[in-house]
Amino acid sequence: MVHWTAEEKQLISSVWAKVNVEECGAEALARLLIVYPWTQRFFSNFGNLSSPTAIVGNPKVRAHGKKVLTSFGEAVKNLDNIKGTYSKLSELHCEKLHVDPENFRLLGDILVIVLASHFGKDFTPSCQFAWQKLVGVVAHALARKYH
Amino acid sequence: MLTAEDKKLVQQVWQKISGCQEDAGAETLERMFAAYPQTKTYFPHFDLHHGSDQIRGHGKKVVAALGNAVKNLDNLSQALSELSNLHAYNLRVDPPCFPLQLLAQCFQVVLAVHLGKDYTPEMHAAVDKFMSAVAAVLAEKYR
Repeated sequence: MVHWTAEEKQLISSVWAKVNVEECGAEALARLLIVYPWTQRFFSNFGNLSSPTAIVGNPKVRAHGKKVLTSFGEAVKNLDNIKGTYSKLSELHCEKLHVDPENFRLLGDILVIVLASHFGKDFTPSCQFAWQKLVGVVAHALARKYH
Repeated sequence: MLTAEDKKLVQQVWQKISGCQEDAGAETLERMFAAYPQTKTYFPHFDLHHGSDQIRGHGKKVVAALGNAVKNLDNLSQALSELSNLHAYNLRVDPPCFPLQLLAQCFQVVLAVHLGKDYTPEMHAAVDKFMSAVAAVLAEKYR
């Protein structure tokens, strides 16, 4: 089980309280598809992904980004049981979606960068530590049910 | 690896931080030590407290080296040759690419913190490719 200090929990929830899930989710997913173009293979039915502009403006990308980050919110609400929270999603990503778990790490790092760009100096090194830890734990939980 | 457009974007980013490069270096290292404590194992001889002169000095060195790389995007291998030797034979940062990835992540966070919305997805992609290219060159001589 992952151990979270009171400070880490506080840093995570105080940042989360200010996050616009729709905006940040859309941005994080768009950046994943732009910075690591091979990830587009998981979204072949999303329509136009031909350029950064197309990706950023693509409504399916925005909607899915919101979905992904909303799910992330479940981790934030259940820090003490992230494994359990993501058990079904892990099976899904393995059995149906066939996503290489390395991509979870990439998305996590991108989310941290998106948060940094939104919160500027308020995204302190301690904040970054707590959030890098969180995205790492989520990535691990999502990879857990792979077989 | 880096397209002409990527090179332009990297140079643009470098210009945007030209006023605060030293701070960017120190901040990158501080964030790396805070977010990834295992990286401290490469600096047992450093005072790693916030604001330490050694972190400032080393941050300055790192950013200057990256700046040199930015000026020599067409020939990274040659520009970073000395540093490549250093990292492979002396420093033996191990495993070769991984800690450099952590540094790259923290450098990107610093750029995002300072540039906010101006740190566009296109710049993000170009800088990510640039940092990967730098890490690859630094790891060239490992074995």
